[in-house]
Amino acid sequence: MSHAGAATACAAMLRRDLTLAWRRRGDITMPVLYALIVTMLFPFALGPEDTLLQRIAGGVVLVTVLLAMLLALDAMFSSDIEDGSLEQLVLAPQPLALMLGMKILAHWITTALPLIVIAPLLAGMLHLPTAVMPVLLLALLLATPLLSLLGAVLVALTAGTRRSGMLLALMLLPLCVPAVIFAAGAVAAAQQGLPWLAPLAWLGSALVLAIVLAPLACAAALRIALDA
Amino acid sequence: MSMHALQVFLAMGGYAAYVWPAYALFFIVLIADTLAPVLRRRRVLRELRARLARQSARQGRSNGTPTPTPTPTSP
Amino acid sequence: MSNWIPLWVHKLGSPPTFYRFAGIVMPWMMALALVTGALGLYGGLVLAPADYQQGDAYRIIFIHVPCAWMSMFVYAVMGMSSVIALVWRIKLAEVVAMESAPIGAAFTFITLVTGSLWGKPMWGTWWTWDARLTSELVLLFLYLGVIGLYHAFEDRRQGARAAAFLAIIGIINVPIVHFSVNWWNTLHQGSTVKLFGPSKIAWDMLWPLLTMTLATKFYYVASLFRRVRTDLLALEGGKDWVREIARSEDDR
Repeated sequence: MSHAGAATACAAMLRRDLTLAWRRRGDITMPVLYALIVTMLFPFALGPEDTLLQRIAGGVVLVTVLLAMLLALDAMFSSDIEDGSLEQLVLAPQPLALMLGMKILAHWITTALPLIVIAPLLAGMLHLPTAVMPVLLLALLLATPLLSLLGAVLVALTAGTRRSGMLLALMLLPLCVPAVIFAAGAVAAAQQGLPWLAPLAWLGSALVLAIVLAPLACAAALRIALDA
Repeated sequence: MSMHALQVFLAMGGYAAYVWPAYALFFIVLIADTLAPVLRRRRVLRELRARLARQSARQGRSNGTPTPTPTPTSP
Repeated sequence: MSNWIPLWVHKLGSPPTFYRFAGIVMPWMMALALVTGALGLYGGLVLAPADYQQGDAYRIIFIHVPCAWMSMFVYAVMGMSSVIALVWRIKLAEVVAMESAPIGAAFTFITLVTGSLWGKPMWGTWWTWDARLTSELVLLFLYLGVIGLYHAFEDRRQGARAAAFLAIIGIINVPIVHFSVNWWNTLHQGSTVKLFGPSKIAWDMLWPLLTMTLATKFYYVASLFRRVRTDLLALEGGKDWVREIARSEDDR
């Protein structure tokens, strides 16, 4: 019995996950609404003074996007574990790391991409100078897949445990600290008119490393966690 | 050691409020770290003994009733 | 293939053998820890002179630095045990890794708080987000994450394997903590004690520091052996050797 080649399987996996996510369209809007509400809280809490908001705008948008992604990360494997399709995936002849890479990509498309689309709105609410917006978007484009990949490994480790949401936050946030530092550093540098390419280059290289290693680590973690 | 020398020692050159809490924390945390497995060990053994007692009590009750001895069947 | 591993190493991997071995070694380790600790503290608190810049506040160094070194050393031990546990599935390696985590977390916590108490009079602040302090805080969170993940599983062995995997992922942080003062501009001072070559610290202050380092290592071994023994009793509760111990210690 022949099995589908890697490319076909990847396309099928991606299509499946995107279709499933589209059927629960409402779930896609949740992180977006959360990010909007949290960002709106800052002017209420700190006062509408322009200079203060401008200074914190880049960092607040980054942290808000990170937290919104964290909320959605838990659901990456949960429905597939519940109906058993994740175990089928582990047993499938296609390389597990590749299939998980596609799942992570689908999750990023449905979770992070909407957030990146509204990021200019969020930054605008906090009066981030328009000249800095492209740098913020670039930083988000590099940082969010890094978060998805790293988060996927940790979600795989906690797959099937109880209270996984809080535990996931406890484990993921310390490991995200370098990504947040470099992304926020780039935005802050752009705001001050300083060169901002270097921190983004670091972020890019970390992303490339993660694209290669994270699916493999995710597959290993899944095998450990599902090995009942 | 004279009282004056002791007072000088405890004063730590004016930094007593920082030095002594640091040392106190060191000892408190490590003593807690020492005691935790001791307490756990006692609890584990206590629970194990209780479990063994329950098991032997159950066996004693079942041994009281006569059970039919299995007769060997010919192949 | 494993003929180069002596028999006694194999034997130590067996829980009852290790239990007996650890039971004999642990009191000696604890005694050594107390003796070297007393010696180091006497040397540091009483004998060593006050620093010309920091006065007597610098004496926090005799607990802060050994605990900082231990926070990294214990993570390295935890990481190595985790690798052994995942690759060879040796139960004892899982136990050593998981029981090292709380001890490492304790040392990291002491490092952070004593550092804060030292920083306030010296730098004027309880905390700063420089590379050394931040990476040490991340180390504490990594320890807590390993402990949390381990306890989140119903099956202890599966939990140990998942937590071991997390420990291995986090090991990248240990060199970051160590080299942070070289790679970044930090408020925290650079290294003064060197493994090779002369150290930039007076001998009167160095020998109590090294003695305390030794004391904390002895303490770690003692505490680890105590915890591993207890955990082996909990894990192997159904085995005969544990039942013998439970029965023989009836009056305690």
